[in-house]
Amino acid sequence: MTKSKADEEDYWNSSKFKAFTFDDEDDEFSRLKESRQAVNSIRRLVEEDDDEDDVEKVSWSGEPVGSISWSVKETAASNQRTDREPAFPKITTDTPSLSKSQSGYSLSSLFKGKTKGGNFQTFTDTLSDSSVRLYAPELRKPKSEYKDYVSDWSPEETIQRLQQGKTASLEKFRSLQDKLLLLDFAVSAHDGNVITAVLIYLKRTLSKEVLFRELESRQTALRHFIHYLTETKDQRLLLELLRALGRTEDMALLQYKEHLAIADENKRRDFLKSCLSLPFSAEDSAHVQDHYTLLERQIIIEATDRQAERGGKVEIFQKFPRRASILNMPLVTTLYYCCFYHYTEPEGTYSSPLNIRQTFKISEKQYFVTALAARAKLKAWLDVDALFTSRNWLGFTRKKSPLSFQRVVDILQKNSAPTQVLQDYVGLVDDADLRISLAQKHKCHDIVINTYRDMKDRQLLLAYRGKVGRGSAEERKIDELLNNQQIRWKN
Amino acid sequence: MAAHLSYGRVNLNILREAARKELREFLDKCAGSKAIVWDEYLTGPFGLIAQYSLLKEHEVEKMFTLKSGRLPSADVKNIIFFVRPRLELMDIIAENVFSEDKLHSSRDFHILFVPRRSMLCEQRLKEQGVLGSFVNIDEYILDLIPYDGDLLSMEYESAFRECYLENDQTSLYHTAKGLMTLQALYGTIPQIYGKGDCARHVANMMLRMKREFAGTQNQILPVFDTLLLLDRNVDLLTPLATQLTYEGLIDEIYGINNGYVKLPPEKFAQKKQGEASKDLPTEPKKLQLNSAEELYAEIRDKNFNAVGAALSKKAKIISAAFEERHNAKTVGEIKQFVSQLPHMQAARSSLANHTSIAELIKDITTSEAFFDNLTVEQEFMTGVDTDKVNTYIEDSIAQKDPLIKILRLVCMQSVCNNGLKQKVFDYYKREILQTYGYEHILTLNNLEKGGLLKPQTSSRNNYPTIRKTLKLWMEDANEQNPNDISYVYSGYAPLSIRLTQVLARPGWRSIEEVLKMLPGPHFEERQQLPSGLHKKRQQGENRTTLVFFLGGVTYAEIAALRFLSQMEDSGMEYIIATTKLINGTTWIKSLMDRPESQTP
Repeated sequence: MTKSKADEEDYWNSSKFKAFTFDDEDDEFSRLKESRQAVNSIRRLVEEDDDEDDVEKVSWSGEPVGSISWSVKETAASNQRTDREPAFPKITTDTPSLSKSQSGYSLSSLFKGKTKGGNFQTFTDTLSDSSVRLYAPELRKPKSEYKDYVSDWSPEETIQRLQQGKTASLEKFRSLQDKLLLLDFAVSAHDGNVITAVLIYLKRTLSKEVLFRELESRQTALRHFIHYLTETKDQRLLLELLRALGRTEDMALLQYKEHLAIADENKRRDFLKSCLSLPFSAEDSAHVQDHYTLLERQIIIEATDRQAERGGKVEIFQKFPRRASILNMPLVTTLYYCCFYHYTEPEGTYSSPLNIRQTFKISEKQYFVTALAARAKLKAWLDVDALFTSRNWLGFTRKKSPLSFQRVVDILQKNSAPTQVLQDYVGLVDDADLRISLAQKHKCHDIVINTYRDMKDRQLLLAYRGKVGRGSAEERKIDELLNNQQIRWKN
Repeated sequence: MAAHLSYGRVNLNILREAARKELREFLDKCAGSKAIVWDEYLTGPFGLIAQYSLLKEHEVEKMFTLKSGRLPSADVKNIIFFVRPRLELMDIIAENVFSEDKLHSSRDFHILFVPRRSMLCEQRLKEQGVLGSFVNIDEYILDLIPYDGDLLSMEYESAFRECYLENDQTSLYHTAKGLMTLQALYGTIPQIYGKGDCARHVANMMLRMKREFAGTQNQILPVFDTLLLLDRNVDLLTPLATQLTYEGLIDEIYGINNGYVKLPPEKFAQKKQGEASKDLPTEPKKLQLNSAEELYAEIRDKNFNAVGAALSKKAKIISAAFEERHNAKTVGEIKQFVSQLPHMQAARSSLANHTSIAELIKDITTSEAFFDNLTVEQEFMTGVDTDKVNTYIEDSIAQKDPLIKILRLVCMQSVCNNGLKQKVFDYYKREILQTYGYEHILTLNNLEKGGLLKPQTSSRNNYPTIRKTLKLWMEDANEQNPNDISYVYSGYAPLSIRLTQVLARPGWRSIEEVLKMLPGPHFEERQQLPSGLHKKRQQGENRTTLVFFLGGVTYAEIAALRFLSQMEDSGMEYIIATTKLINGTTWIKSLMDRPESQTP
C-alpha cells in the first residue's frame, strides 16, 4: 500500500473497516466444532439408518432421483443398453428425402443459410426469388384453413395478428410508407419477434441505402436489426450498416473480433495487420497494433526456439523443455518466457526481454515482477541479486526495488528460494514487526535474533530460544547475547 | 413436493400448478408414447416445475439431450424437442430430423419452444427443409418460474447483456408478459412504481397489454398492492460486492444453479468406523437449497458470521432430542420417540450438511486473500482513494489472479468514483491487456457500454452524495442481531434495497435529488380496479410489494428484502422477481466476449 505507516495504523485502529472475520475467533471456531461433534455423535447413534435419509434420494451422480436432468441421463443410459442388443444391419441411403419440404415456401434467400453438406443447396436454388413469400406459418392448422390469408389487414392489424402468432401477409405492403408504418407499429408493440419479422421483409424489399437511412431515425428497430444480423452472422452487411451509421468504432471492434475464429497463426497475424487501418479509438488502436506486433514476434520466436529445442544443442531447452508453444499467449507471459529462455540476449534481438520491455512500454513494476519470478524459478540467484542492485553517485551499491520487499520475499518463496537467499530480502523489510513475522515464517533465525537484540527485548529473545534447534548455532548466539553484559535490556 | 412455495404470503404454488397444467395439456396433444429431446439448458428450470414422474404419467418414455447427429433409437410414436428459440439449436434439430427420415418414417416430430415461438427459428427450419416434418410447433410460456416461497425468476441469463449492451428488448417483452400472467392469477396490481429506462418500457407494455384486454375484467381480489420495477443499471454497485450472507457466499464460492449447488465431496464423506478412508467420493456432492429445508430457511439469510452460533444452537436441540430416548420408559413413550425419528434424522442430516458447508466456506473467508479483497471493496464503497491506481489491484494483476476478480474490483472502483480518471482508466486497461491478452479489448468495451467501467466525463463525482443520502455505509452494522439491511454486506446497504425501503417509507419524494443522479426516469402509475375489488385492509395488516429486478438480483439483496419483510414495524412484505439470480462473477461473465478463453 502506498499509505504512510502512520496512516495505516490510524486506518486499522479507527475500526472503520470491519474486517470480515469472526468476532471471537476461538469461540466461533469451537461453535462450528460443537455442531460437528454433535453431528458425529448422533451419526454414530443412528448409523444403521443412514441410508434411509428421508430428505431426498440422490443417485450415484449426486442428482436427486426423479429430477429431470437425472432422468435424461437415466433413460438415455437404458437406451444404450437396447442399442447394444443384436440387430440386423440397417441400410442407409445417402439421398435425403426432400419430398416433405418441397411444398413449403422457401425463405432461405433471406438468410445466408448454412448448407449442410450441400444437400439442399440445390433445393433452395431451384426456387426463384419471386416465389418467396413471408408470412408467419400457423402450423397447427392444415393448409386449407389459411383462408383469411389474403384478407385486407391494415398495418396495425397485421402487426397485432403477428403478435398473436396468427398468419398475416406482409407482401402486400408495397409502398415505403406502408412498410415504415408496419415497422413503427411493430416497434411500439415491443415484440422483438414481430419487429424482426418486419425487418426481414424490409431487408429483402428495400435498398440498403433506404433501409439504413430509415433505421437511423428508428433506434429500437435499428438495434433489433443489428442483433438480427449478428445472430445470422451476416457480418458483411453489419459492417456496412455500422459504417453507414458512422459507428466506426463499433465496426472496427466487430471486425477485430473475427480474429478469434482464425486458428492458423500466420493467417491470424495477417488478419490483425489488416485491422490496423480500422478506425479504432486512439487507445484501442495502439492496443491492436501491439497485439499484431506481439503475434508477429511470437511466430518468429516460436520457429527459432522449436528448432533450437529439436537440435538438442541449447542447454536450457534440454534442462527445461518447453511446456507449450508461446503463440497467442499474453504479453506478460511472453515476457516471462523470454526472461526464462532468452535472458542474456543483446537488446537488438526480438526475443530479448529488454527489447520487449521497450517495444511494448511495459511498466517498471510489471517488468520487475516478471523477471524476478522467471530468474527465481531458474534459481539464478545472481541474476535476482543484480535486479536490485543500483549504484549511487558515490559508487556504493545498495538494494532498491519498485516492489515492497515483502512482495519480493513472497515471490522468491513461491519459487522455493533457500533460506540464505530469503534472508537477504527479509532483512530489507523496513517495518520491524513485519520483518519479524516474515523472518519467523521463513525461519530466518538470524534476522529474528538481531531484531530482538536491537529492540533490547530480552523476554522475546528468551522465548525465541525455545523455537530454535537445541545445540544449534542459533541457540549459542542467543545464549551469547543473553549473557552479554553490555546490552541494556529493556525487560 | 413443492409445499414450500405455499408457505409465504403469496401462494406461488398456484403459478406452479398453472405451469404444470399447461405442460400436461401439451403432452396430451401428442397422443401416444413419446420421447423428449431436451435443450440441456432447460432441464434446470423445468426441474423447478415438474419431476420426471409427471412426464411419465403422460407417456414420456425416454429423454435425451439434444446433440447433433442421429437421434438415439426409441420405440415411441412421438419425438418432442423442448428447446429455447435459438438458431444454432435449429440446425441441430434439422440434422436430427434428416438422419431420422432415412430410417423410420412413422415417428411424429413436435417442437415446444420455451418460452416463446420465434419466427426466426421457424424460418431457419424451413430453410433447412425440415419445417414440414413437424406435426406440432408450440410454445410453452415459462416466463416466471417459482423458485421459492417468495421468489420468482425468469432464468433469462442474457437479459442484462441484451438490454444494456445490445439494446435488445425481447427480455422486457417477456417480463411484461410474465407480469400479465401473474396478474391473471393474482389480480391486477393497483400501483406501479419504477426507476430506469427498462422499467419504464415494461410498465408501458403492461399498460398497453391491459388496454388490449380492456373487454375482460379481472375479477380476482388483488394479492399484490404494489409493483416496483427496478433497472439493474440503477444500482451497478451491489452485484460487484462480495455477498456476505450464508446463501450469498455459497453462490459466490460454488455457484447455485436452478436451486442446486455442487460441492467438493471430501467434507461429506461418511467415515464409518473401521473403514479405510481411501474410498473418498470424487463426484461433487449435489444439494438442493430452498426453504423446504427448515434449517436452511433459518440460516440462509444470516450474515455468515452468525451462522456458526445458529448451527451450534441447532446441534444442541437435536442432540437433546436424541437423548430423549433414555427417558422413554413406557411402550407409549418409546412409540412416540420412534414416530419422531424420521423427522429428527432429516434434521440431523440437514445439520450435518450445513456444518460441512459452513466449514468449507470458513476456510475461505478466513483466508488472507479473502480478507484483502474485502478490505479493498470496503475502501471503495466508503470512497477511499477511488481516484488513484489501487496497489492491491495492481499486485493482483501482477500475480495473474483470475481476470473476473480483477474486473469486479476495477468496475467497482469505477462505479464508486462515477468513472475513473482517464489516466487511471488507461493504466488499468493497459495492464489488463498486457497480462491477460489483447483480445480482452472486446470485454473492456462491453463493460464500458454497460456503464460498469468508464472514464470520468464530468469532474463531479456524485457517488458520495448518493452514499450519504441513502446511508449506503453503516459504521456499526450488527452481524449477529441485525437492525439494518447493511448486515448483508457487513456495512454496505445495497442501493437497490434502500430505494425499495425508502419507497415504502417515507416515499421517493424525500430523495428526488438522488433519484435524478441515478440513470433513467422514475415514475408512478395506477391501474384501475373494478369496483368491489378494493381491499378492505384489517388493522395492522401488512401490504405486499412485488419487487422486480430487471437484469438480475443477488442473494444478498433477497436476504435484505426478507429482512425488511420480517421487521416488525415495516408493515410491508416483499415478493421478489427477477430475470436471473446473479452474483458479480456470473454477471461479469455474461458481459465478456469469449469468457472461456480467460486465464484461470
